[in-house]
Amino acid sequence: MNLALREALRAFRRAPMLSALSVTTIAFSLFAFGLFGLVALNLGSALAQIEERVEVRAFIASGTSPEATAAVVGDVGSFPEVASVRFVSEVQALDRARRELGEFEDVFEAGILPASIEVRLRDGFRDPESVRSVSKRLEVYDFIDDIRYGEEWVEKVYRLRNIATAAGLSLGLIFALVAIIIISSTIRMAILARSREIRIMRLVGATNQFIRGPFLIDGFLKGLLGGLVALLLTWVTFEFVGQYVVQATFFGTRLAVVGVLAGALIGLLGSAVSVGRHLGKV
Amino acid sequence: MIRFTHVGKQYPKGDPALDDVSFHVNRGEFVFLTGPSGAGKSTILKLIYVDTRPTYGEVRVAGQSSVTMSARQIPALRRRLGVVFQDFQLLEDRTAEQNVAFALEVTGTPPTQIGPRVARVLTQVGLAAKATALPHELSGGEQQRVAIARALVNDPLVLLADEPTGNLDTRTTRGIFQLLRDVNARGTAVLMATHDLALVKSLDFRTLELNQGRLVYDSGAQRHTTADELDRPGAGPDVRDGDAP
Repeated sequence: MNLALREALRAFRRAPMLSALSVTTIAFSLFAFGLFGLVALNLGSALAQIEERVEVRAFIASGTSPEATAAVVGDVGSFPEVASVRFVSEVQALDRARRELGEFEDVFEAGILPASIEVRLRDGFRDPESVRSVSKRLEVYDFIDDIRYGEEWVEKVYRLRNIATAAGLSLGLIFALVAIIIISSTIRMAILARSREIRIMRLVGATNQFIRGPFLIDGFLKGLLGGLVALLLTWVTFEFVGQYVVQATFFGTRLAVVGVLAGALIGLLGSAVSVGRHLGKV
Repeated sequence: MIRFTHVGKQYPKGDPALDDVSFHVNRGEFVFLTGPSGAGKSTILKLIYVDTRPTYGEVRVAGQSSVTMSARQIPALRRRLGVVFQDFQLLEDRTAEQNVAFALEVTGTPPTQIGPRVARVLTQVGLAAKATALPHELSGGEQQRVAIARALVNDPLVLLADEPTGNLDTRTTRGIFQLLRDVNARGTAVLMATHDLALVKSLDFRTLELNQGRLVYDSGAQRHTTADELDRPGAGPDVRDGDAP
């Protein structure tokens, strides 16, 4: 192990240009992937925020007793799809309208806005079908006048999310694939440059396992370094965009660590495949 | 110790590289392998150090058969062979002693043994004074001595030399050849491929001559013991060849 590590580091020292080139190539392909991931992450969280606003609003006929209303709130609160239920009285509705639309303050008179219950849905139940089924169950109560949930809007958000998910997954796969291809060919190049060394090792009777060691460490280190540089580049870009274009969210620590480790893993696997091919002869 | 039995080798393209070749080499023998370029000399050496396998027939080396040997057994066999090439095959970024030590390091020799063994073998090839020189600081003959030292450091049964003097001038060639004879005199068999006919003819060593993949002449054939006797453990060096001028 000690010797393998020494040999791997020797490769860095002996061919600093080639090693730097490998690390840079890995860094840039992961950087492209990282930027894409950042866009996907932010689009996803923006969509999630919009989705959170999906709610069903049921307007209550005036003169309904508070007991009946309280009973509905209790019933609806126990639906499995429902996250929260809130009762908005006539007075509260009026207050809110005046607050939100200050310049029309005088237009609103007491009693003009009906009381309502606002139903927010749990994550995963914000698709058009669940929303429709919840509102159907609300229709049963005869003191409920009208139900609104912005049907068109819900469908649009839902469709947008589906498209974004599909596009994100397929683009992400393509980006990852391109990164893997670039990284493994970079590593194969580095190994080809050392084929003489491999040849001599074989000639003097080194086992394949022994020969593999330094190359695996080499690939792992290059992938790790490339991943770190890519993370740095992504972060710098993110800061720049945040300052001049739009505020966004960066990867969480766990995601960042996973990204860097993915780079190291690709380096390791790329090396394993390339050395394996080299050793496969005979 | 080395025995070819009706060996043929066909590479994917072209004519057969070897065609029904049979011969054997005893412990401690010195054998020339001659013939024009492309006659199959290198292929014979490659078959011995298992860089390739025969298409048909059997190659036996140090008790291992090409028919039954698994890929995992190859490294162990190679540690008992030393190989030297025309282009030396040294690592350019390592000193002479590091190049020699490399052969011991990659085979898991305890570090404490490496230094003394490298020093001993470099002295044997006459390069003790240049142990810390890089290959490009050495002459061609000196580089070949380093390569020979590397081949010898594991105390091989046989030294395989593929045109070891092909890149060297006449005077240097003589020096390298003398070194190979010294190596042989210490009991290591030497199998040397060369197309230097002048060198071969000036000496009375056993000669195997190849042409277009066929063994056309074996100067030692009639004087040889049977294959059964050759495989007997502890068969001694062939004194006649070791003492030849």
